[in-house]
Amino acid sequence: MSRPLRGAGVTRVLELDGITKRFGSTLANDNVSLHLERGEVVALLGENGAGKTTLMSILFGHYTADAGEVRVEGQALPPGKSRAAIRAGVGMVHQHFALAANLTVLENVMTGTEPLWRPRSDRSAARRRLADLSERFGLPVDPEARVADLSVGERQRVEILKALYNEARILILDEPTAVLTTQQAERLFATLREMAAKGLSIISISHKLNEVMSASDRVVVLRGGRVVAERRTRETTKEELAELMVGRAVERPKRPPAHPGEVLLEARDIHLSGRGGTALNGVTFRLRAGETLGIIGVSGNGQTTLAGVVSGLYPPDGGSLEIRGAPLARHDVAGVIDAGIGRIPEDRHAEGVLGDMATWENVVLERLWSPEFSRRGIVRRGAARAATARLLSDYDVRGAQVDGRVRLLSGGNMQKLILGRVMEADPSIIVAAQPSRGLDEGAIAGVHRRLIEARDRGAGILLISEDLDEVIALSDRIRAIVGGRLSPAIPAERADARLLGLMMAGDWATAAEIERQEEAAHAL
Amino acid sequence: MSAVLDILASVGMWEAVLRIATPFILGTLGVLLCERVGVLNLGIEGIMTFGAMIGWLTVYSGGSLWAGLAAAALCGAMFGLLHASMTVNLGLSQHVTGLGITLFASSFSYYVFRLAVPTSTSPPTVEPFRPLAIPGLSDIPFLGPVLFNQTAPTYLALALVVVLAWVLYRTPLGLAIRMTGENPHAVDAQGIDPIWLRIGTIMAGSALMGLAGAFLTLAAFNSFFPTMVQGRGWICIALVVFALWRPGRALIGAILFAFFDAFQLRLQTVVDGVPYQLFLMLPYLLSILALVVMARKARVPQALMQPYRRGER
Repeated sequence: MSRPLRGAGVTRVLELDGITKRFGSTLANDNVSLHLERGEVVALLGENGAGKTTLMSILFGHYTADAGEVRVEGQALPPGKSRAAIRAGVGMVHQHFALAANLTVLENVMTGTEPLWRPRSDRSAARRRLADLSERFGLPVDPEARVADLSVGERQRVEILKALYNEARILILDEPTAVLTTQQAERLFATLREMAAKGLSIISISHKLNEVMSASDRVVVLRGGRVVAERRTRETTKEELAELMVGRAVERPKRPPAHPGEVLLEARDIHLSGRGGTALNGVTFRLRAGETLGIIGVSGNGQTTLAGVVSGLYPPDGGSLEIRGAPLARHDVAGVIDAGIGRIPEDRHAEGVLGDMATWENVVLERLWSPEFSRRGIVRRGAARAATARLLSDYDVRGAQVDGRVRLLSGGNMQKLILGRVMEADPSIIVAAQPSRGLDEGAIAGVHRRLIEARDRGAGILLISEDLDEVIALSDRIRAIVGGRLSPAIPAERADARLLGLMMAGDWATAAEIERQEEAAHAL
Repeated sequence: MSAVLDILASVGMWEAVLRIATPFILGTLGVLLCERVGVLNLGIEGIMTFGAMIGWLTVYSGGSLWAGLAAAALCGAMFGLLHASMTVNLGLSQHVTGLGITLFASSFSYYVFRLAVPTSTSPPTVEPFRPLAIPGLSDIPFLGPVLFNQTAPTYLALALVVVLAWVLYRTPLGLAIRMTGENPHAVDAQGIDPIWLRIGTIMAGSALMGLAGAFLTLAAFNSFFPTMVQGRGWICIALVVFALWRPGRALIGAILFAFFDAFQLRLQTVVDGVPYQLFLMLPYLLSILALVVMARKARVPQALMQPYRRGER
């Protein structure tokens, strides 16, 4: 029997054969087989919890499989050894970047590439090699820059370079666009295509259908730990993949016509400078009861600052924020909560929950002083726990325990918990910033349904999002934010990708015309 | 005023500075190593006490001075292993473990000491390291006796500053150590096991703490008494922050502290009418002040005090 040769003659570079992995009673991977050809981009599609990351961790030697084998270019990899995987040419780009922020790009790339006991690192050789790689693959980066000073897109570039520096011929990207803006993601896909054309083989893990459709040759769908389907990308559709991934047809909820009422929230010429984020340069808008106002924009145009102002985090330098015609009594978080504003923050881990505290503590934190949850300065744990248990079942938060730490929840379930907490307080205004970022299809549909329900109950919803589909699906009126200013508002019926693109680019002539027409129509 | 200037101009004062600084240099390097790899080691106070005791005991029972130092380093490393097994392998609280080791090692030192020397009113002495004049260099006026007429462990401490700076900033091992203190996941992703790296580095750092203690009984004094470390270990913890986690700055910090200490001692003799306790406070007050100034610039290792477990974020 002849062994397959390593190198140019082999076209099948990677094979996963019958991988099974059990965590306690859960079967994370059930007899999964997968292969990868040279120069091919395979998308591994599946919802959160489908077993994608576990599979890739086994491939990379972070976990040991209970059964099955990983072969790289025909050679079996010893299980549980990431070093062996790296040597065999497998490179992993982690979702949460595995970088040290205080070290330079070069140092991050070099770590572990030289024998540990060598008395002196050869930095100049490493710098040359890094420069060569970044030139060859079109990934420009300053080797002496501190990683903390880099943008998210640049950090991802460093992660990819790190893998290439380790002579990776197989690149695994775990949710590569989770932290990228649309533009950065497109640039990444172009780079991946080029790298594949140069002979690299790529597995991209994702739950985003758009991304899978535009950036892969072949799609492998994983559900409940099993491979349920495999398709050539050009022979399938988004709808088919969505159904395969979720196991049933998913439909995002439809938005019934709005019946806008009184003006709930009015911002007048709000100015705010600095604060680390983008400044606001005169933001004016009105939000009525029973309507959703969508704010679209390219990331970094003031979305975070605007959400912060309406959430009470930053008092504005100039201008005013009025609720039902009266200025806010105190412009701080407590004042905003008292005024009936519910907040779904952009960064759910940092601002939405306290990860190391119990679920019930997170649920009642905002309402701790209400008589329902405390009496004479003593927390009524029983009532708080009962309310939490109710919320967990009402909002279908899976995997959560009343006394368990919130950190252990998946992104989708954490967002459901936050949504539930907001809705339980029955807010008249809801500020939702990037509410479905990083969630899978099923969870997104759930979040959208809740927001539409709240609107139909008469709440005013300020939706700040970078996802065009989401804004078009949920909003009644849409404005774009550009450089800390808001465009004229257009009704959602008249929004299409081209018009929104113009608005996001700062060309507001058409939008202004539409707004004028709308106002004229209402005046009649 | 002229008395103060006389102190500052005296060779004796400056000679004392390096001597007083030596245990701080060794101890600070030890803490620095542990923290660079992401672990706070509050066991230093106890490890120094044990190092002082075991170093002295080795020499007292007939071993050589160098054997005494070696024994102190070895015992330090063993306490480091204990600390690492609790904080790295089991992921327990680094504060509690460190303080526990300090309490345990201090009391255990006294226990072993009493077993060896059951009855005595004045502690028995050994013959300590003598100053080692470096031929030629020690004849330079002023600088000669100050820099080149020290004991061997002081030269060793100075050499270790250079060695450690080299290891941390010029070798693959040092890069891996620094990265483990910043983000152990990143090290793991590059195929190096951060657990073993942490265990090894903590042992090395703790060995230096043992050496720092042994210097007290084998060079600075010639006998052991249980309270002799006198908070020097805690000062080292502060000096690491002052040093911004860099060996060269650790040396400067240790020398600065030692300077104030030597200065206040001599000041006590020339200034009348001021309680001597105020002078004793001087170095500590000044180190707090220095810390306030320096801590603003501090870039703490990002993973300091965070236990590492695979697959957990």
